[in-house]
Amino acid sequence: MTAIEPGPAEARELVRAADIQFQDLDKQAQAVRFGIWVFLASELLLFAGLFALYTAYRTEYPAGFAEAIRHAELAIGTINTSLLIVSSFTAASALRAIRSGARRAALGWLGATLVLGIVFLALKGVEYSRHAAEGALPGVYYAFRELPGHGAQLFFTLYYFMTGLHVLHLAAAVLVLAWLTSRVSRRKTTAAYHADLEAGVLYWHLVDCIWIFLYPLFYLLT
Amino acid sequence: MTSYLDDNRGIMSWLATRDHKRIAIMFLIATAGALLLGGVFALVLRIELLVPGKLFLSAMDYNRMFTHHGVVMVFLFMVPVIPTVFGNFFLPIMLGAPDLAFPRLNLASFYVYVTGAIIVIAAMWFGGLDTGWTFYAPYSTTSPTAVATGTFGVFVVGVSSILTGVNFIATVHTMRARDMGWTKLPLFVWSIYATAIIQVIATPVLGLSLLLVAVDHAWALGIFDPAMGGDPVLFQHLFWFYSHPAVYIMILPAMGVVSEVVCTFSHNPPASYRAIAISSLGIAFVGFLTWGHHMFVAGMSTFDVGAFGFLSMFTAIFSAIKVFTWTSTLRHGAVRVTTPMLYFFGFMFLFVFGGMTGVALATSSLDIHWHDTYFVVAHFHFIMVGGTLTMYLAALHYWFPKMFGRMYPRRWSIVAATAVVLGFIFTFTPQFLLGNAGMPRRYWSYPPEYQWLHILSTAGASILAMGLALNLAYLVWAVFRGPRAERNPWGSRSYEWLAPTPPPPHNFDEPLVIRRGPYDYHLPE
Repeated sequence: MTAIEPGPAEARELVRAADIQFQDLDKQAQAVRFGIWVFLASELLLFAGLFALYTAYRTEYPAGFAEAIRHAELAIGTINTSLLIVSSFTAASALRAIRSGARRAALGWLGATLVLGIVFLALKGVEYSRHAAEGALPGVYYAFRELPGHGAQLFFTLYYFMTGLHVLHLAAAVLVLAWLTSRVSRRKTTAAYHADLEAGVLYWHLVDCIWIFLYPLFYLLT
Repeated sequence: MTSYLDDNRGIMSWLATRDHKRIAIMFLIATAGALLLGGVFALVLRIELLVPGKLFLSAMDYNRMFTHHGVVMVFLFMVPVIPTVFGNFFLPIMLGAPDLAFPRLNLASFYVYVTGAIIVIAAMWFGGLDTGWTFYAPYSTTSPTAVATGTFGVFVVGVSSILTGVNFIATVHTMRARDMGWTKLPLFVWSIYATAIIQVIATPVLGLSLLLVAVDHAWALGIFDPAMGGDPVLFQHLFWFYSHPAVYIMILPAMGVVSEVVCTFSHNPPASYRAIAISSLGIAFVGFLTWGHHMFVAGMSTFDVGAFGFLSMFTAIFSAIKVFTWTSTLRHGAVRVTTPMLYFFGFMFLFVFGGMTGVALATSSLDIHWHDTYFVVAHFHFIMVGGTLTMYLAALHYWFPKMFGRMYPRRWSIVAATAVVLGFIFTFTPQFLLGNAGMPRRYWSYPPEYQWLHILSTAGASILAMGLALNLAYLVWAVFRGPRAERNPWGSRSYEWLAPTPPPPHNFDEPLVIRRGPYDYHLPE
């Protein structure tokens, strides 16, 4: 734990006022925390529909799905999973650092989180292009000769849609975290008030958690 | 203290405002525009249906017209209207708060709504939509019309709905005035809260299903296409998992308005506060378990049909609890018949009659006869549109003096209310008969023996249209020229009437101190 050094920057922090609609900063932080949890519940429901769709089609085509999973890029998927798990750790560490007023440490952890997220996205791009090269594309473009059945075709359609939606979420999370990093560096998000960073980190965790479910569905459950 | 209307002048002070009241007024204008547009589409349909075969629309244009009517009315008017207008305006005031928890998010909700609405309307302009507002796959994924753009627009509107829901839930939980416990909330707050829960939970599933249709239509993914192994009924499940709760998104806020109007104008507390509050949450919960009743004839096991039918009837119990609580409130009160009360009487007829036909439709043997006929059209227009539209107008007339600090001409408002309610009943009663006689919905032509009923329905629709036009005319007049209103013209005990009229930018001159409940009519004001 780093002790707070009362310099001019910290003195400025202490006078940060709550937005007009709140009595004080505590109330504001409470509202932000509550709001983000409600929003995360809503996000989960977005993916819940897709998990339901996956379950329905997997029940209809068990063999096709199992075959298709054997063709998944297991190595990339596994590396990506570990990247995201580590990124959740670094994101949580950033929050822990800001709570104790260690601004530089927080910036370091946030930077590491962003790098991990971006590497995930890059690896995902490699993975998509490998599938595309084989002809394993969604819908009418599906031309993967090794697995001609409807089951594998639907598997890949769902694969692109579900991981694609996850990629969009991760990209959004990277942008949000980048913005929060700049707020930390500009001393807008501080030990005195960091509910915004807390919300951003929670969102990052959600994106990670969704991947934890996508990973077995698309790489492991043969 | 200057009111929120005079606080700042100029167009930018409105467009960039974070004041929940100004955002509510902007939503009022936007949703009224949607009502006008959807209403014009409805009139075009009704005129075309005066004769069997073609009057002036081709069959394809007719398909477009009923789709546009449904999409605009459901997604741009009925789902958002009461929460975004009256919820936005009165939720913070009723909680004694200076604003919603997230004012910037609130403004973002407005612009996201407008963006979605523009995309939907652009889709109608360029190619149109001909799938019906339900966008059933696989037709919707192969239709030659602008389905991808249209469904994407509805998806964007859904995002706005989620953001509003998150804002309302966080506000109710964290922004209540000191000493305002959950049992001291006005009932309108309970209904908006229950609605917000449904918005947050159900809207993402609709958003997802429409996104799937949009992507499928744009890039032929075939996710619901049997030719590629897909299952079209899965789309119906996903769609109705949202769209059935969406029915309650439309009706629950209306019920909240009913509770306020009934208590104020019978000068009486609700017969049971608890029954109304809990039945709102009951509807919100059971409403999630009834979606299957839309698919009784789409291939479903007998057990599922029975279970969904039973659960659908179960929601009627919660609705009946409310209806009996309201009538009992009237029974023991000193009733004053005002314009909002006229709309309430209209609501009671439409809601009870529409609700009873709903229970009948939940019975599979009857549903098989009525499925996809005008009977269903009349049923949901009665309960959903009738319920929401009448209470939207009631809310407008009830809160108008607080919102604008002015009064509307009462005589004209009584004429308009009578025209709206009678016109509505007159429009849809013939449609019950048409459906029972076997006329399928969404048909462009029909055998000549149905014509007299269609003519009656169109006659009713024109009375309804005149009533709405009259409303628009005198309300716009009253905003600028109406006589000044007092702070609490109805003698209500609810908290919003404690605020100055019209309220100042942060609602109260000094923090609200709760000394009594919102329905304590035995105490002096």
